[in-house]
Amino acid sequence: MAHLEIDNLCASYGNTPVLKGISLDVEKSEVVSLIGPSGSGKSTLLRALVGVTKPTEGTVRIGETTVDYRSAASLRSVRDSMAIVFQQYNLFQNMTVMDNVTIAPIKIKKWNKAEVRKHAAELLERVGLSAKHNAYPDELSGGQQQRVAIARALCLRPQLLLLDEVTSALDPELVGEVLDTIRDLARDGMTMLIVSHEMGFVREVSSRIVMMDKGAVVEKGPPAQIFDAPEQERTRDFTARILSH
Amino acid sequence: MNYTFQFGEALKELPYLLGGAIVTLEIAFMAFWSGAILGLAGAYGLVYGPRWIKRSVGTYITFFTNTPSVVQIFFLFYALPEAGILLSSFTAVTLGLALNSAAYLAEIQRAGFLSVRQTEIDAAETLGMSRFQMLRYVIVPHIARTIYPPLSSFFIWLVLGSSIGALYGVEELTGRAINIATSNLRTIEIFLVTALIYVVLTLCASVSLGLVGRYFFRVKGGLLR
Amino acid sequence: MIDRIMREIPRFFSASNVDFLIEAAGRTLLLSVAGCTIGFLLGLLLVVIRRTSHPALLPLRTLAIGYTEVFRRIPFLVILFLVLFAIQAVAPRASLFTIALIGVCIVSTAFLSEIIRAGFESVPRQQVDAAEVMNFSYLQILFLVVAPQAWRVILPPAFAFMVMFIKDTALASQMGVVELTFAGKVLSNKGFSATLTFGAILLAYFILSYPLTRLGRYLEHKLGSSRN
Repeated sequence: MAHLEIDNLCASYGNTPVLKGISLDVEKSEVVSLIGPSGSGKSTLLRALVGVTKPTEGTVRIGETTVDYRSAASLRSVRDSMAIVFQQYNLFQNMTVMDNVTIAPIKIKKWNKAEVRKHAAELLERVGLSAKHNAYPDELSGGQQQRVAIARALCLRPQLLLLDEVTSALDPELVGEVLDTIRDLARDGMTMLIVSHEMGFVREVSSRIVMMDKGAVVEKGPPAQIFDAPEQERTRDFTARILSH
Repeated sequence: MNYTFQFGEALKELPYLLGGAIVTLEIAFMAFWSGAILGLAGAYGLVYGPRWIKRSVGTYITFFTNTPSVVQIFFLFYALPEAGILLSSFTAVTLGLALNSAAYLAEIQRAGFLSVRQTEIDAAETLGMSRFQMLRYVIVPHIARTIYPPLSSFFIWLVLGSSIGALYGVEELTGRAINIATSNLRTIEIFLVTALIYVVLTLCASVSLGLVGRYFFRVKGGLLR
Repeated sequence: MIDRIMREIPRFFSASNVDFLIEAAGRTLLLSVAGCTIGFLLGLLLVVIRRTSHPALLPLRTLAIGYTEVFRRIPFLVILFLVLFAIQAVAPRASLFTIALIGVCIVSTAFLSEIIRAGFESVPRQQVDAAEVMNFSYLQILFLVVAPQAWRVILPPAFAFMVMFIKDTALASQMGVVELTFAGKVLSNKGFSATLTFGAILLAYFILSYPLTRLGRYLEHKLGSSRN
């Protein structure tokens, strides 16, 4: 039984369909990466999984439970089991780093405050920001903010971590520090679904890769297949174009 | 608490009230345009004038924006006669609103002057434009686009603000409503109809001003503001 | 005319007249401050309603939007008359001050709710998304994330509105509330020169309004230049 099972998922912005029947599994402790040209629906897929964009059709199963995105209770339980990190970090500008990381576990999940803070401190140390507990987001670099966002997501102890182009908004010299953090997570067995344009990184860290285009899955397979021996013309074009940069 | 609404009598007075709405627009127009011209002079003085002009215009604005127009008009209406100047209520109200508007409109137009960027002027110069061409094609359109939205809102504010004419017996919309109310028991209905006329009047004004702005001054954004 | 004014000045600024004016000024200020405070809370409530997205709340949302749009398009004087007549029909013993205060609240609710809405919208949508996926409730998003950032944007124009309304409360004199403008009429009716009386009233308004206007500018500058 797969950890996350997506079957025929559809979504649209207004009348424009952006996801046209996506099917895809993620096993426990697996890292699956979504690649494809911009506008292919990768980010929308992640946003649909957490219900920011409402799916119009299809089913999503987490473990044994099927998600009903129209039911508030079901939506709450999906969001309890997944955490997402956004391209623009989306940190709360009115809170310190520590508060950003701990607010949801303490105020929303009502976990023990002392334990949450201890966990948060560990996470911040892990992402290399133990000196920044009391800093505000606008006092940090983009890379630091993105690492806070990752710590914030991890502090929720998610079963599945979604990473939406987490390095795209960063200056090139800051990309490395964020990728290192993600590599660590993969090594520790965190289940992740990643959207990324960093092909070298994707190849290294993923167990499987999903190539998407125009709202549909073009090809799925291990990194070696996708990058070295793609079965589909469009995958070959895409990887050739992006690797030649 | 049973109150039964009866709009029959209020509706019978509709033509009379609508006539008042025209007077309302007249006052708003006159006060707006005289205020705008005075305000333009003031704004010019504030930006380019010598120190004493800046000071005097600044004092004028501070005074008029920190006191109620109602009392300013009281002053014109009751105090000027002591100095031998008699104004009709219509004149006192329109003049009072114009002097008051001049202060606000000077501020708005000053912000317009200040919004012209040196880089745009430099660009126009490198294109070899004459002074007149620069004004015609660069500076004036830029200022117009900047100040058009606040000017429209101010006009709407004047349409509503002109209702204080009623306190001096001017027969604009509110004045006429009061006239009817004194000889008629359906006061709530009359004022409800009056309120509705104001809503429709200002909605029409907002939409037409918005359309004019969109097509002539390339103002972006929604029609209602 | 000048002679007459000079002659009247000592009598005009008698202790009892000055007390009368100060009391009236207090009522003017109270009308504006209390009315705008209540209006702020009600306006906030309207915004809380407007930002919901549940389909079942659509009628409430429409009502909230309708309220803000309509009551910003009716002159304050007309609203005062409406409130006066409506309240006298249901509660004939209500004080004139209460009636005027209700009038102020009706208008300030509409304008302040517009100011609050704009402030809330200034907080980037992405932060709301982030809070949503962390299972923040609607009110938690509003009061833990949006409001703490929006108040800097909201406070200066809200304060400016209140100061502006000090002047508009002059219209309550028409109903007989003894605030500054009404006090002016009373003194003028006692036979004092209109120039002197209304000059003094203008000055009194200026003394109320000008320091608050300056304070508002200072707030705007201070909040605008600090973080975010």
